[in-house]
Amino acid sequence: MSDGDFAAAHDVLLVGGGGAGLRAAIAIAETNPRLDVAVISKVYPMRSHTVSAEGGAAGVIAEGDTIDEHIYDTISGSDWLGDQDAIELFVEQAPRELLQLEHWGCPWSRQPDGRIAVRAFGGMKKMRTWFAADKTGFHMLHALFQTSLKYDRLTRYDEGFVTKLLVDDDRVHGVVAVELVTGKIHTIAAKSVILCTGGCGKVFPFTTNANINTGDGMALAYRAGAPLKDMEFVQYHPTGLPFTGILITEAARAEGGWLLNKDGYRYLQDYDLGQPTPKPVLRSMELGPRDRLSQAFVHEVEKGRTSDSPYGPIVHLDLRHLGEKLIDTKLPFVRELCLKYERIDPVHELVPVRPVVHYMMGGVHTDIHGATPIKGLYAAGETACVSINGANRLGSNSLPELLVFGARAGRAAAEYVATARDAPPSIRRQAADEVRRLERDLLGKEPGEERVAAIRDEMQAAMEESAGIYRNGPSMTKGVDTLAELQQRMDNVGVADTNRSFNTELVAALELRNTLDIAQCILQSGLQRQESRGAHQRTDFPKRDDERFLTHLLTYRGRDGTPLVERLPVTITRWPPGERVYGR
Amino acid sequence: MADSTGSIGLRVSRYRPGVDDGPQWQEYDVPLRKEWTVLDALNHVKNGEDPTLSFRWSCRMGICGSCGMNVDGEPRLTCGAFLGDYAPGPIRVEPLSNFPVIRDLVIDMTDFMEKLPRVKPWIIRDEEMSIDEGEYLQTPEELDAYKQFSMCINCMLCYAACPIYGLDPDFVGPAAIALAERYDLDSRDQGARERLDVLIEHEGVWGCTFVGECTRVCPKHVDPAGAIQRYKLKAAKESVMAFLLPRGSR
Repeated sequence: MSDGDFAAAHDVLLVGGGGAGLRAAIAIAETNPRLDVAVISKVYPMRSHTVSAEGGAAGVIAEGDTIDEHIYDTISGSDWLGDQDAIELFVEQAPRELLQLEHWGCPWSRQPDGRIAVRAFGGMKKMRTWFAADKTGFHMLHALFQTSLKYDRLTRYDEGFVTKLLVDDDRVHGVVAVELVTGKIHTIAAKSVILCTGGCGKVFPFTTNANINTGDGMALAYRAGAPLKDMEFVQYHPTGLPFTGILITEAARAEGGWLLNKDGYRYLQDYDLGQPTPKPVLRSMELGPRDRLSQAFVHEVEKGRTSDSPYGPIVHLDLRHLGEKLIDTKLPFVRELCLKYERIDPVHELVPVRPVVHYMMGGVHTDIHGATPIKGLYAAGETACVSINGANRLGSNSLPELLVFGARAGRAAAEYVATARDAPPSIRRQAADEVRRLERDLLGKEPGEERVAAIRDEMQAAMEESAGIYRNGPSMTKGVDTLAELQQRMDNVGVADTNRSFNTELVAALELRNTLDIAQCILQSGLQRQESRGAHQRTDFPKRDDERFLTHLLTYRGRDGTPLVERLPVTITRWPPGERVYGR
Repeated sequence: MADSTGSIGLRVSRYRPGVDDGPQWQEYDVPLRKEWTVLDALNHVKNGEDPTLSFRWSCRMGICGSCGMNVDGEPRLTCGAFLGDYAPGPIRVEPLSNFPVIRDLVIDMTDFMEKLPRVKPWIIRDEEMSIDEGEYLQTPEELDAYKQFSMCINCMLCYAACPIYGLDPDFVGPAAIALAERYDLDSRDQGARERLDVLIEHEGVWGCTFVGECTRVCPKHVDPAGAIQRYKLKAAKESVMAFLLPRGSR
């Protein structure tokens, strides 16, 4: 057992081995091959949730497309909350990053002449989404992982769960982590730490996210004193399968799929998203942005125009007119998932769908280098909020985001290492305290009446109730109260599993603490934002209010553990706030 | 929630290191719901009756490769194995065969993780093209040539099914060989020679007696057996086969 002494020391430690983490690791290895880099991840890298991304990755490459148009689509998609300097840089660097993935073997779908093929995507005015059929994230992740194996100086701590960042005087010096296979607790020193742990869909009951998406990196940063940014913006993807929440990619609509209500009517035409046409029209109807499509669903429910299912109201995704050949070429995974999990063949049948929590626009506050306010601490990917996504992320911007900002954070961390300082003695004390906390408060405690699974269920229900597609002050306030009560009950959770080896109950307890902290931030930030913008729609403040709220909200952890919210200006470069126009 | 139609028994293999001498069976009863998979049933147990049951899972949509277990003796992704297909039960759930067991249903796959880099599963080129020059051209037909082998999710089902790996853990094994072939067949790659050097040595491809179990159990239709067969042909063309064969039993 660790007494706070360092079991290992590295120049840079990546927490999380998904797309952002692996891209950062390779960037560091290429920037300075002498640096000692390690990746610690609670799952094997190829299990990371990047693997589930389906539709594609946006990057300007096609003839007739321009950088400025991708920038504008992203800004208007973000409801003007994205930082325009970050978006400009992101859009300019995305094609190069996607080409780099091509050189590393990613099997991008191609045109007949061998060049990269692109497809349409929601909220994008041009075809610019690179894709590998409908398993884009899977192929990107495996290409990155397999490429990372070239670098034999890269250390990996597979199945290591980080419980604490060691920070002194606003400077990071390492982490404490549980080695899952043995249950041993280790202190790992690192001059720089990059958080790449993905999102936190598991704050909600119904999500496309994998079991592992518990906001670990966000919670680690938050507890270490770094602010989270724009946490109220939770993306509901309009098309999830009703029982499982499994994602049916937006590419299904990009290839020409229609959304139908119970009368077989393409209802999006009633929500200022354009008029139905047989062929898809960019930035129109089914190719509108996700926030608007999910909101339209709620109105259809209110009008009684959705169908009932055992899992709540649904609408239908109609792919039948696309034909078997197109579906098998461009959307084979959609067909596989529908056949397996709904026993429905989309070639011949309608696919039942409903909106589902998919992505966090918010995350650890970083600058355009991925740097957080804590020296040496960086974040990239869904964990981070730069922000390019603002109030609503466009589909196919998250995969290039994790590449662009993963690489940038890696390079920035590699530079930082040269100026890093040695860890002061207090760091060992912090580490020893954390080891004691884990030993005493979790593993050593008699299991009380409270169960992880029960508190988790109640948290998720409270979040769905209070922070859904539409929210309001009273609903969020009620949610805050419930979470406060759950935080108290969390103190009485013991781990019934006394075996140290692969103790998944311990992991679940640690994850639940993380999600509870994140849930509180989502609600506190949401209460402060008294307007409706993008994915944050308040029935008590139904209009966008640029006068008061064209601003980011930063959430800090207060002394008593409750969140404090501050403001940070949005960076506007060339695109003054305007109306979001789709379909007209 | 949809109605369940009665219940079904789970016979789950438990093993706690330092406590149990070996694996032992534990019985659970779970609702038999038509939309539930074996993974849903295990989570039902873990979230209620028995939080100490340990197993890996993540995406629950057949793409992350975490939740492979033996279900009624067959290697399966438990997120794709529906309870109804095993009615009336009981359903036997065990860790994947041929691997050391860490705990309960969790296997130790470090052997694969160490073998994978040996087959150099990355693009190898004599000369790298600059990113500024754009993409390597690759026609849809060239993509199709290796696409199938690029679908491997590293779920380890093929290793659990492979009788050779069971007898000879030094065998590189189906998934790693399929991934080597994936890069060999990629028009952008020039590393086939290097990989062949690795695979014709020692326990590379020769261990395989072409049982084909790997291909049969693969949830992603990768056909590792086909990849192994192709390697044997490639190696035979090298006409050094007899010289390099490590054993005389074939």
